[in-house]
Amino acid sequence: MDFMSNLALGFSVASTMENLAFCLIGALLGTLIGVLPGIGATATIAMLLPITFQLEPVSSLIMLAGIYYGAQYGGSTTAILINMPGESSSAVTAIDGYQMARQGRAGAALAVAAIGSFFAGTVATFLVAIFAPPLTTIALKFGSAEYFSLLVLGLIMSVALAHGSVLKALAMVVLGLLLGMVGNDVYEGTPRFTMGITAFADGLNFVALAVGVFGIAEILRNLENEHDRAVVTSHVGRLWPSRTDFRAMIAPILRGTGLGAVLGILPGGGAILASFASYTVEKRLSKNPKEFGHGAIAGVAGPESANNAGAQTSFIPLLTLGIPANPVMALMIGAMIIQGIVPGPNVAIEQPGLFWGVIASMWIGNLMLVILNLPLIGLWVKLLTVPYFILFPIIMAMCAIGVYSVNSNIYDLYAVAFFGLLGYVMGKLRFEPAPLLLGFVLGPLLEEHLRRAMILSRGDPMTFVTRPISLTLLVLACIVLVLVLVPAVRRNRAEVFTESEV
Amino acid sequence: MAIRSLSGAFCAAIVLSSAAFAQGYPERQITMVVPFAAGGPTDTVARLVGEKMSTDLGRQIIIENVGGAGGTLGAARVAQADPDGYTLLLHHIGMATSASLYRSLPYDTLEAFEYVGLVTEVPMVMVARRDFEPADFPAFIAYVKENAGTVSMANAGIGAASHLCGMLFQSAIETQFVTVPYRGTGPAMTDLLGGQVDFMCDQTTNTSQQIRGGTVKAYAVTTPERLELFPDLPTVAEEGLPQMEVSIWHGIYAPKGTPEEVTERLSAALQVALADPGVARSMADLGTAPSPAEDATPAALKNQLETEIARWQPVIESAGVYAD
Repeated sequence: MDFMSNLALGFSVASTMENLAFCLIGALLGTLIGVLPGIGATATIAMLLPITFQLEPVSSLIMLAGIYYGAQYGGSTTAILINMPGESSSAVTAIDGYQMARQGRAGAALAVAAIGSFFAGTVATFLVAIFAPPLTTIALKFGSAEYFSLLVLGLIMSVALAHGSVLKALAMVVLGLLLGMVGNDVYEGTPRFTMGITAFADGLNFVALAVGVFGIAEILRNLENEHDRAVVTSHVGRLWPSRTDFRAMIAPILRGTGLGAVLGILPGGGAILASFASYTVEKRLSKNPKEFGHGAIAGVAGPESANNAGAQTSFIPLLTLGIPANPVMALMIGAMIIQGIVPGPNVAIEQPGLFWGVIASMWIGNLMLVILNLPLIGLWVKLLTVPYFILFPIIMAMCAIGVYSVNSNIYDLYAVAFFGLLGYVMGKLRFEPAPLLLGFVLGPLLEEHLRRAMILSRGDPMTFVTRPISLTLLVLACIVLVLVLVPAVRRNRAEVFTESEV
Repeated sequence: MAIRSLSGAFCAAIVLSSAAFAQGYPERQITMVVPFAAGGPTDTVARLVGEKMSTDLGRQIIIENVGGAGGTLGAARVAQADPDGYTLLLHHIGMATSASLYRSLPYDTLEAFEYVGLVTEVPMVMVARRDFEPADFPAFIAYVKENAGTVSMANAGIGAASHLCGMLFQSAIETQFVTVPYRGTGPAMTDLLGGQVDFMCDQTTNTSQQIRGGTVKAYAVTTPERLELFPDLPTVAEEGLPQMEVSIWHGIYAPKGTPEEVTERLSAALQVALADPGVARSMADLGTAPSPAEDATPAALKNQLETEIARWQPVIESAGVYAD
């Protein structure tokens, strides 16, 4: 069988001592930068690019890929322990993971995240190996009309994501949409809300916004109340999840993996969309939706599996089409080009050793991460039990360096400060940051795809219902909307919200 | 302390051996600003050339990506930097077009910089979705003229290479059709592969692999001569559209007031880098070639910038498209 011999070739390439070593270095480095808030995989890979000149192409790609998925693991660690998502895709993990940590179940939360990620990583690696070429055609079928309908579905489903007042959640989504509009209009170049500052021409920096409303705001909240030192949990609790935990996490992990694998293939923020979508699905399906936001294990297991599966399958468009699904993939393309490999449909044919070697190394890397990280969780936690007066300035500095390194733009730092204060005030007024982030990420995509679909159809809105995939997605969105509006369900929902208001 | 003085001595030795004529320049590492995101085609060119220039200069050249606003943020950063030769800019054709695309720039394009030299001129290719009807370039032009109301052309956003080429094409065939902007080449290429849009004109750095893989149809190249990479592809001039000739030229600049011996030294290092077979090979894989030594000079770049600003101003003004 072709597939087996390809995979065997891959493993023979990936398991040479040298490549194993680079895989380990990449995974470790990735975890470390994932744990340090603010410094993302994008910045790290950008800084390490020059070093990879000296390496074999396979080794350099294996190391860079290791940094990427290592950061996904590490990012969840900080999201759970200090409510500071190291990566945008772990923003959702922070919601329930941090609550688990505050209840003294940090160990279990970290283990669930690691196990879910490993399972999703394993499945996704095989999916990449089996389906890379055929899956690419799915991604290509998605034109702007389909993306628009998918985003509509996502936004409607996200209504359920919010806990607390629906009105406040809506307000946050709208604020997020407005913030997302900052910058030059893609179609006409008209500057919007830039206050004449050219540094805002390309919009606000996502990392700056996320670090501000989640991270800095959390630090401010903790400084305010010296007695309630909840930012770092002193007590990690037992590491291995209980039997009940295991039972509660199996289904979310499976669902998250499936969802993530599918969404990851789509270019443009697949992993982030996947973790949001998975959280919504789990909350909808859960027998105790009121647990969500208060340390639901499914709220960690689902999104963590989803973002890891998505991170893995986002290699599919890269390896088969040479098209980056996100900024990290764009850097990988840069790394390949510097090595004299032009990414595209020919890589798998002309460089089978490289193609399958990178795929095999993903699985090896995921295995290394789970073996390394379960025992290392203690160490990461220790790193964070440093006294406040040392830890807070370090975190602040790391955030600043991390944000600045993305674009070397001083205005991004002002944005961090501004959104830190905004996040603090929002917290005081009991507004949730998650809907804001969702609006900010999805708003510009929604506008872009709506307008592009309309340009392509020469202004005919029927394009959204005459294309079958788009129609299906819109019908699903209607069903969700009806379900939310049906009185029985609404009563249920009201109960959920009153519960969580307490 | 010991380590520092040791490495100091080491570096001093290199400087003395290779750059004695430039009065000790460079004495520390040099920052080369790339006004686009890391990993993109311009960044790749900068890293390729920067690494070889470092070897010749004996000092590390580090690449700093200052993306945003069509490259004007990075250019502005360098325009305001100290003119000591330790801050450089590697920019492409956008340096010339942004002078017209932006009605207010924080610097005067022709007055704010000193010149080091041209680096490479990347050819562009007109490509279409695989199942696009016309068989060759003349048929393509006829088809576009006839179906101006239904065809659509992708580009990677206002001011992008693909947008510039598109504007030239529209003015060359005197036909207006729908153009669809994307955020970058990646998503534009995805939609072209998926058949959501009909055609696009983009740099070989972005298109050569797709052409080789047969996933897109190629019609013509925008260079005066045919490409080694695709000898079967005709040039636009052969097909009767010489006014569509365009290449994405890249140049290295320094802030105004940088001493001449410094720009000369940098220019010499650039020529060494461009003559390196490894650099030539990497560029060939991208479908481009290093600029010849006579173009990698301050005078050649200055001339190129002036000519191109004059060339693009009427094109952009008649299209009435502005980026601010």
